[in-house]
Amino acid sequence: MLEIKNLKAQIEDKTILNGVNLKVNKGEVHAIMGPNGSGKSTLSSVIAGNEDYEVSSGSITYEGDDLLEMAPEERSHRGLFLSFQYPVEIPGLSVSNFIKTAINEKRKAFGQENINAKELLQLFKEKCELLNIDKEYLSRSLNEGFSGGEKKRNEIFQMAMMEPKLSILDETDSGLDIDALKIVANGVNSLKSSSNSIILITHYQRLLNYIVPDFVHILKDGKIVMSGDKSLAQKLEKEGYSFLN
Amino acid sequence: MKIEPKISEDILLDEVTSKEYEYGFTTNIESEKIEKGLNEDVIKFISKKKNEPDWMLDFRLEAFKVWKEMEEPDWANINYPKPDYQDIVYYCAPKQKKKLNSLDDLDPEMKRTFDRLGISIDEQKRLANVAVDIVMDSVSVATSFKEKLAELGIIFCPISEAIQKHPELVKKYIGTVIPVRDNFFSALNSAVFSDGSFCYIPKGTECPMELSTYFRINEAGTGQFERTLVIAEEGSYVSYLEGCTAPMRDENQLHAAVVELVALDSAEIKYSTVQNWYPGDKNGKGGVFNFVTKRGICHDNAKISWTQVETGSAVTWKYPSCVLKGKNSIGEFFSVAVTNNFQQADTGTKMIHLGENSKSTIIAKGICAGKSNGSYRGLVKIAKGAKNSRNFSQCDSLLMGDKCGSHTFPYIEVDNKSSQVEHEATTSKIGEDQIFYCNQRGIGTEEAVALIVNGYCKEVLNKLPMEFAVEAKKLLEISLEGSVG
Ligand SMILES: Nc1ncnc2c1ncn2[C@@H]1O[C@H](COP(=O)(O)OP(=O)(O)OP(=O)(O)O)[C@@H](O)[C@H]1O
Ligand SMILES: [Mg+2]
Repeated sequence: MLEIKNLKAQIEDKTILNGVNLKVNKGEVHAIMGPNGSGKSTLSSVIAGNEDYEVSSGSITYEGDDLLEMAPEERSHRGLFLSFQYPVEIPGLSVSNFIKTAINEKRKAFGQENINAKELLQLFKEKCELLNIDKEYLSRSLNEGFSGGEKKRNEIFQMAMMEPKLSILDETDSGLDIDALKIVANGVNSLKSSSNSIILITHYQRLLNYIVPDFVHILKDGKIVMSGDKSLAQKLEKEGYSFLN
Repeated sequence: MKIEPKISEDILLDEVTSKEYEYGFTTNIESEKIEKGLNEDVIKFISKKKNEPDWMLDFRLEAFKVWKEMEEPDWANINYPKPDYQDIVYYCAPKQKKKLNSLDDLDPEMKRTFDRLGISIDEQKRLANVAVDIVMDSVSVATSFKEKLAELGIIFCPISEAIQKHPELVKKYIGTVIPVRDNFFSALNSAVFSDGSFCYIPKGTECPMELSTYFRINEAGTGQFERTLVIAEEGSYVSYLEGCTAPMRDENQLHAAVVELVALDSAEIKYSTVQNWYPGDKNGKGGVFNFVTKRGICHDNAKISWTQVETGSAVTWKYPSCVLKGKNSIGEFFSVAVTNNFQQADTGTKMIHLGENSKSTIIAKGICAGKSNGSYRGLVKIAKGAKNSRNFSQCDSLLMGDKCGSHTFPYIEVDNKSSQVEHEATTSKIGEDQIFYCNQRGIGTEEAVALIVNGYCKEVLNKLPMEFAVEAKKLLEISLEGSVG
């Protein structure tokens, strides 16, 4: 599905990713942990195609194609989804209109007709139930005035609506209360299948109790310095990052 | 029956439009026009052509005298080569074989023009219940739905016709809201106006359909000076729409309209404009000079709302205003003004509170892109006698890129202690993070900008009747093409 080889990326001459290697197969869940500022969000931004970051060397292939050649929207059309650590606000743009546009742009890219209203409403209804979201919130302005937790839940709601192949969840658990965490984790689990993959970026073991990873990686100073199974996360939780030294 | 505005987002999404100035074609209709230049003879010619009564000719000649003594204002925050008023054709009419009774009799060539303008007249008639008056160059060519309206006593016709058939009404109100000598352009218009729309709603009547006028400048080198007069008698209601387009031309074209609204006791007038005059090309060549005077007067308990979406014109100078003469009267101004490339706009409103308990609301949204320059200029004046009056103003600007500029000039004069004025202003930029967020969801940059801009303008777009809101959104999209990324 995704293969990253020796990826180096920088912003304004400051190197942030310093040779990342990562392979994610279909159906796998990978967790990436690591100290603040180690480059986790940068990695997700580069995968999503944020042009603020300059890739100086290395490669990313996605379903066998060169991901770095694709525009961000094309990556999205191809099934890549990023749940942002800090979702942005767009005043006056309703959640429903935003999602509808996103869905239709993808359909357009594949030469399909716009989604019909009935189908869309049905989908909204289903996914609202899945994530325990009040339908009223669909008509609110995108992320405007949303609480931290609501923003995160909205990201997962969009994920549920878009049905991506590869989802990167950047600290989706931060800001969620315990009940919300369970709801969101259940939602993510129900979207999981043998044909899609998830990369979870998190600081806490807690989320991994609900969404169990196949692999855990530790990113430090722009490099993956250790990989293991879920027990690595438990070790981290107990000992902190000091054991790396 | 008030028609509540509603935006159907589906309609918009279905319309994948080309992003050029869509209306930049000319129509091959034979037209009759006079030599360039302005003098008493030209005015007499126009008046004679229209078969006007003497009082109308006198009004024009008096206005011409006044105009000659006035100087073109240059206090607005705009720069443009002053038009040569002797180099303009002041009368130009599409030639027609016979007088038209209905739109079906329209010259097929002209009908095609309207189709290309996106005004599917039949559609509008059927679906939206809109009565349309179309002013092409200087002459009103067709007014639809006349009989249906007449049953209610509503008069909706070209002003030239109103001067013939309802002289007492025209005479009573013309020039009362905007006196001839109000400003340079109103004086010029008063002297040379050739047509425009007239609308009269009798006492206690709610006009059951939107009334609409489309203005189009077609001929090269002609000026358009239309004159609109809307009179809403006691307790009546009308919603009036105005749309404007012009073909692409290298030279500048002049448009100097005058619109007067009279809302008598407890009447309500909603006046919506979607202005899309040709803005000039990417290098600032050509485009319409749009110098418009619009003003309404509200008597007791009356209400006037101006809603406008302005995307066109090379230079715009325009301040739709309300004189809140009566007690408890209400004035509203909702505006989106877009400038791109080399466009310049100096627009805003004036709210003049004279009556007690009068209220006004101003929501002005400016969007600047390219090397354009947008200014909001607003006057809120609360006179001594306008006790307990209120105004709320909100002026926002959205900048795209760093070569454009936006300026806000609020003028506030409050002459009594019981009144309240609130003013808020913000300036923001379209964030790259917002665009990237949309990109990540599969939405390309152009579409993302459109979504963000439409979101920003929502409060104003929501005030427009539905068909207009859809058109306005489309225009916003077209006019901001290529301005980010
Ligand atoms: N736009 C930027 N300009 C300058 N420095 C940046 C920029 N983006 C990221 N950095 C720097 O790159 C480093 C990595 O940041 P990144 O956001 O990827 O960390 P992270 O691992 O996601 O941290 P956290 O756990 O706090 O979310 C940090 O030192 C950060 O300051
Ligand atoms: Mg981060």
